[in-house]
Amino acid sequence: MSKAQTGFKVIQPGILSLLQDAGRFRQHSIGLTNGGPLDHHSFNWANRLCSNDHNACVIEASIGGLTLESQVDTQIAFTGGDAVLTINGEAAVSWQTHIIKSGDKIALGFSKYASRHYLAVKDGFNIEPMFGSCATVVREKLGGLTGSALQAGDRLPCSSVTKIQSLKLAESHRPDYSGDITLRVILGYQQAAFSHIEKARFFNNEFMLSDKCDRMGFRLTGPEIQSGISGMLSEGICYGAIQIPADGQPIILLNDRQTIGGYPKMGAVFSLDIPKLTQRMPGTRIVFEAITIDEAQRQLHLYHYRYKNTELIPSQ
Amino acid sequence: MKIEVAGENSLIVYFGETTAPEISAQVQQASKKLAVALGDLIIDQVTSYASLLLIFDPLRVDQLAIRKVIKQTLEASSADDSSQSTDSQTCLELPVYYSEESGPELQLISQNSGLSIDEVIALHQSLTYRVYAIGFAPGFAFLGQVDERIATPRLSTPRLKVPRGAVGIADRQTAIYPDVSPGGWNLIGLCPSRMFDPEATPTMLVTVGDEVRFKAISKDKFHALGGEIGDFQ
Repeated sequence: MSKAQTGFKVIQPGILSLLQDAGRFRQHSIGLTNGGPLDHHSFNWANRLCSNDHNACVIEASIGGLTLESQVDTQIAFTGGDAVLTINGEAAVSWQTHIIKSGDKIALGFSKYASRHYLAVKDGFNIEPMFGSCATVVREKLGGLTGSALQAGDRLPCSSVTKIQSLKLAESHRPDYSGDITLRVILGYQQAAFSHIEKARFFNNEFMLSDKCDRMGFRLTGPEIQSGISGMLSEGICYGAIQIPADGQPIILLNDRQTIGGYPKMGAVFSLDIPKLTQRMPGTRIVFEAITIDEAQRQLHLYHYRYKNTELIPSQ
Repeated sequence: MKIEVAGENSLIVYFGETTAPEISAQVQQASKKLAVALGDLIIDQVTSYASLLLIFDPLRVDQLAIRKVIKQTLEASSADDSSQSTDSQTCLELPVYYSEESGPELQLISQNSGLSIDEVIALHQSLTYRVYAIGFAPGFAFLGQVDERIATPRLSTPRLKVPRGAVGIADRQTAIYPDVSPGGWNLIGLCPSRMFDPEATPTMLVTVGDEVRFKAISKDKFHALGGEIGDFQ
């Protein structure tokens, strides 16, 4: 750990590559948002594959185009989107670990339909946390190396590791990020202000993912949903909150959302469904389905039970 | 008090529907009491004008248990101290260089209100403001409420770039932009104080519940205090 500044060198940063841990928490009181991985499911598996701490710092590469050169011997794991990763020009299978030698060149192609890729390194990237986290939030100029996306020439420190275990996730456990999606919604906040007709419109129609999507929020287009609320006091916004401004077009608020806002909200998208959304490209069709908070909590417990009890398989 | 679901691991407690110091004080007290009562079951809290968002760890506690603690804790507190503000509030005086050069909307507010620019500046300094909420951006404190005569709706087209330290008005709220950002508030001056500094301890000059006053300073004083007139775009 103390060995200075060897690790990976960024040759090309790609479209948007960010250092992320699980996110920055307990800092809303000074206005800081969470940051963290847009697809927490793939993020978690990338760290699990490397036998890392669940909060270890990884690279989230959106769309692709990232090229790195290793200056250490180590192990990486690659999960998430559908862009092809190559190591010294040879395609490397995703959802498993790969041995890396000093001088190896790691290059990510470009995704066709699933856009968030996670590259974990054994023991994580060694980044100084800010406010308890190394999650990069560009809007706040916090986290990562300098509060910004990776740049060509950046050096990402990590330790040299020789004792490693090669692992992969069984294919049956890998998510499929193709096709249209159904997002489960916990009704909440101002939901009572939306009439039965407006709720029926919301839950019985298709929406489309617009091209106005970033780490703050994903904007949808579809039938206009009206809340009947003209003005309200700003209030705290949770992860996944579905904000419906005057134009009636929903915005799903995500990792880099502002912590408070004054638009009516229908409730929040269930966190287990958020990776399905954040992996998708504009044009994806979306349907909403209501679930209760108690059902959501049961599903969360089942998910975590399965996650903990899914064993990785030795590879090679 | 009304408790609503926000998301799978968050509840929002409403204490009213208006901007008032008494309601804000209730939110503050509830936030502190629940932090003690719930400890690390709480992942985060957002206090705002009249509501408290509580985000809990859904693998360790469920919403019914959280609701029970909220009711027990807050009902007990409303009985014993009748929601009086017991905070020892600090009142911070912030210097502002008010001028048309540093406050491009002074003219607009003057026209809308029928007041002179000097009167607008005097009215902004005439009241003590409460910090109602912190959010939007790191260290952005929502202060209220300004004199009704200078209340002004947000710009219809927000600026792409507001300089650090810009003092703005939106309806009856006022605030200082802690850093360069886009923004739609009506700008009336510049404050040389660093509202948010990640390197400093504490990182913010104010917290929710604090009181703030503004005091006009000259351009020379503004520069002497380290202020710079940034870009308005």
